[in-house]
Amino acid sequence: MHEFSLAVSLINVAEEAARAERAERIEAIFVEIGALAGVVPEALEFAFGGAREGTMAADARLEVTYLPAIAYCASCHSEFELDNRFGIAVCPVCDTPSADLRQGREMHVSHLEVS
Amino acid sequence: MAADPVLTRDVRVSGHGTAQTPGARVVQVQKSLMAHNDAVAAANREAFARCLVLNLVSSPGSGKTALLERTLSELAGDLRVAVVVGDLETDNDALRIHAAGAPSVQIVTGTVCHLEAEMVARAADDLDLDSLDVLVIENVGNLVCPAAWDLGEDLRITLLSVTEGEDKPLKYPRIFKDAHAVVINKIDIAEAVGFERERALESVRQVAPAAEVFELSARTGEGMAAWLGYLRARLDAKRA
Repeated sequence: MHEFSLAVSLINVAEEAARAERAERIEAIFVEIGALAGVVPEALEFAFGGAREGTMAADARLEVTYLPAIAYCASCHSEFELDNRFGIAVCPVCDTPSADLRQGREMHVSHLEVS
Repeated sequence: MAADPVLTRDVRVSGHGTAQTPGARVVQVQKSLMAHNDAVAAANREAFARCLVLNLVSSPGSGKTALLERTLSELAGDLRVAVVVGDLETDNDALRIHAAGAPSVQIVTGTVCHLEAEMVARAADDLDLDSLDVLVIENVGNLVCPAAWDLGEDLRITLLSVTEGEDKPLKYPRIFKDAHAVVINKIDIAEAVGFERERALESVRQVAPAAEVFELSARTGEGMAAWLGYLRARLDAKRA
């Protein structure tokens, strides 16, 4: 249940940004999570519900966007999207396995709505 | 926590400039949830400049502590090794490490299922880092949660034992994908438990094509030489 740590962290990041804008409250937090970040959506939403209490985000919505995993093929010099959820990155053009993951580990706050 | 469900839908919304909430305004942030942890991890990495630091992860019971005990006894008198041990409860593992002759610091995480950089920074305060060659951080037994937390290590080592199922790398892709080396432990009982070696190696190769693989038995010592050689080579490379 590392999602609780992540929920606390995302509220800290959001509150810091909201204070810098002299906002009074956070209406919504928009986060982007990579397909291989190891985050279970339901667990994150559950954890967020608990972690937001008593913060500027007490009534905030959590909007999650999932980013597909993308790897880079060194042979083809091109990026490709992983077609499976096992983290297997094999270039669809030349069949070479890739260890170079360019997207999929993300966990970040993209923007907020504040008032 | 179970392995990831399919998270490949991309529902990225456009038009971040306009708030959907009436009366609200948009603030751009673009900051990682791991930013604080990553900053502490970077400071750890500076403090660890002279020693090789491993972050050892596996599921409970794969033999992390047994591998450490064997590694410590084989390196005794040669390299100076210390261990930071994370567990939900008890200091049993730290006592085992201590009995094997190495300085050890126990981090009892309580309900937290992984180590974070700050916990390691505090634990490292109790160690004389300048006198060390190798620092091993034994993470909480868990193949999901520790994956995202950079601790300031040089090498992420993911341990798998032959009793766990050959497709484990496919079930926990992140922690295998980020591994510099994968250690397959308990090979002395591989035959008895019907371990399909080729299938396990293929799973590792599919998820982590660049990872080094070591097959060994921490109990009998078989295969330890290659593992110890790897540690020595990486320490030399770091100090070169």
